[in-house]
Amino acid sequence: MSSHENAAPVDTPFFTRGVMLLSAVMVTGIGFGLYRMLFSLAAVTNLNDQYPLGLWIGIDVASGVALAAGGFTTGALVYIFNREHFHAIIRPALLTAMFGYTFVAIGLLFDLGRWYNVWHPVVPFMWQGNSVLFEVGICVMIYLNVLYIEFVPVVTERFIGRVSLPGFLARLNDPVDLLLRFLDYTLGKIMFLFIIAGVVLSCLHQSSLGTLMVIAPYKMHPLYFSLLSPLFFLASAMAVGFPMVIFESMLAARSFGRKPEMHILTPLARFAPYLLGIYIAMKIGDMLYRGTYVYLFENSLPVIMFWLEFGLLTVLPFFLFLSPDVRRSPGWLFSAALMYICGIILNRSTVFFIAYQPVYGETAYIPAIGEFALTIGLIAALMLVYRIFVTLFPVLPAKEEAPAKH
Amino acid sequence: MNSTRRTFLKHLSGTAGMLALGSPARAEDSYSQSRVNGFGVLVDTTLCVGCRSCEQACNEINTDLPRKSPEHFKDLSVLEQKRRMDYSTYTIVNRYQSGTETDGKPVFAKFQCMHCLRPACKSACIVGAFSSEATGAVQYDSWKCIGCRYCMAACPFQVPAYEYHNAFTPKVRKCTYCQPRISAGGLPACVQACPMEVMTFGPREALLNDARARLASYPERYVQHIYGEHEVGGTSWLYLSGLPFEQIGLPRFGYHPTPGYTEPIQHAIFKYFLPPIGLYSLLGGLMWFFNNRKKKTAPADFKGLHSS
Repeated sequence: MSSHENAAPVDTPFFTRGVMLLSAVMVTGIGFGLYRMLFSLAAVTNLNDQYPLGLWIGIDVASGVALAAGGFTTGALVYIFNREHFHAIIRPALLTAMFGYTFVAIGLLFDLGRWYNVWHPVVPFMWQGNSVLFEVGICVMIYLNVLYIEFVPVVTERFIGRVSLPGFLARLNDPVDLLLRFLDYTLGKIMFLFIIAGVVLSCLHQSSLGTLMVIAPYKMHPLYFSLLSPLFFLASAMAVGFPMVIFESMLAARSFGRKPEMHILTPLARFAPYLLGIYIAMKIGDMLYRGTYVYLFENSLPVIMFWLEFGLLTVLPFFLFLSPDVRRSPGWLFSAALMYICGIILNRSTVFFIAYQPVYGETAYIPAIGEFALTIGLIAALMLVYRIFVTLFPVLPAKEEAPAKH
Repeated sequence: MNSTRRTFLKHLSGTAGMLALGSPARAEDSYSQSRVNGFGVLVDTTLCVGCRSCEQACNEINTDLPRKSPEHFKDLSVLEQKRRMDYSTYTIVNRYQSGTETDGKPVFAKFQCMHCLRPACKSACIVGAFSSEATGAVQYDSWKCIGCRYCMAACPFQVPAYEYHNAFTPKVRKCTYCQPRISAGGLPACVQACPMEVMTFGPREALLNDARARLASYPERYVQHIYGEHEVGGTSWLYLSGLPFEQIGLPRFGYHPTPGYTEPIQHAIFKYFLPPIGLYSLLGGLMWFFNNRKKKTAPADFKGLHSS
């Protein structure tokens, strides 16, 4: 049943000037990260008692989770709604979700004061059902495992019949091959259970991320405090899923010297205005209901951020995605997707450390160089790992194959 | 800022009705009735002279805090600034001003953890590192803590401080209510040390009666309000003031406990796990429908992620 393009490992040379640059950025970031681990948060970050959550929570964790939403939205589209046409993007989407969440976990470790206790939430006597963060943590943990399971077929496909371990391990070749075949067969039968679980888990923790700051009503700027915040987070994550897949796909195509897969991306972009529209309508409706529009012309940073992230980087891409010309033009499509991705990053950052206004003390929090360096370094690391994986495993559509017939 | 906040509170109470998610003070939320009967401290700020004896006593008793010399606390020039607690201090005294700079007189107020009856820190904590003790104390257990600092974001009084400079074993720092002393029948160190008897320690209910009696006996001396009786669901520490509370650093808060906004949402999403199970079933149904809709369409390749 070859209903979609064959995926194959990429055969482009691994080292390029871009890869060197990314490596340098990654090494710098990791340097700052290690410095934080050895010499404390104070040594690297500008976090203080007034602003306990900063850039690493706003971008590495909260934005990272939102931007990894492409995995579950594409999974739902292809498997639940059975839109075979989009099959070619399921693997790249899942791969980025898998790495996205993995890097969320890694980024979180740098932020946690006692990172070596990160496993505590799974210990039953420390379960805390009232905590929003507990729900987010447990859901993300389970979902990360679901993502790894969803990716197993890619590994089995790569190695079945090709297992050749070095040296004395060679005698394990046959058992390993058998194990891979067993995994492949079993997972093939029950994968749909994990696909649905992935969507449910995503809905749960994407929304709960939005509930986090609802516990601080007296600190949040009114424009960013709403009991509907969980729904905003969920809707905006669902809306950014496809733009993120489009962005990644076009970036990868460019990097590997291929043509962007417009025959898939253009129809995929058609969903974006609907999802974005739902989010925008909810936000505006909430603003009208609560009367918070009175703050729209206040001269303060949260309000400026609102105009920027919502007014500009959410509403504008919505209108861009509406236009068939934009959806057909690689340049415009890429720009619209990138705009909304920036919108999401600014939105999450605003919620966690800009619209968050401490009751006492007016010391501003401006993220330190080291915080930016680690955040950017982790993004670079993510891109490198992605590149390594698509070079080793059949993720991207095979280059020489003709495009799909339908 | 203040007018903004006040208008905002109206919006907040409006929003509370938007989700009809049951009464805010359900017993199974992080709230136990016995806590209401715990101990409290009544702080009569009209009596405080700003001598910093409470700060000194606190530092002497809590030997795991950085040591400070008695001379340190004799320096009253620190009162020129509005301070907050930090990793080295569980309590601080600030000076405020009644009237204008020239004809007013100084007013002092001591701050520390308010030991809320419905603590936001406790509700927020991912591992349950905070607990409400029968004494009224809200306790922190650094052994459980993962250092996420969500408690700090959650606390409406912005009390928990963090040892950001500690690389390997950073702790959240906040007033312990001298839990070991009060559970052994003693007084919190600050209460005991105060030369002006600003603070009264006792059963919270008794203190509320005491406070009401003071308000009634000296109506000209006090703002007719007991701060902490109802604020964010009630606090163990209660304040009386001659100035409006906002002017002595106690923000105007609503009476709804802040965990009362998040916990109903959480509990609604996970009520008997029905919503997740329902969503799972719905998606399963949709999957079945879309894969069997047209005979011509091949069912989705669940192996799936396969390209063979």
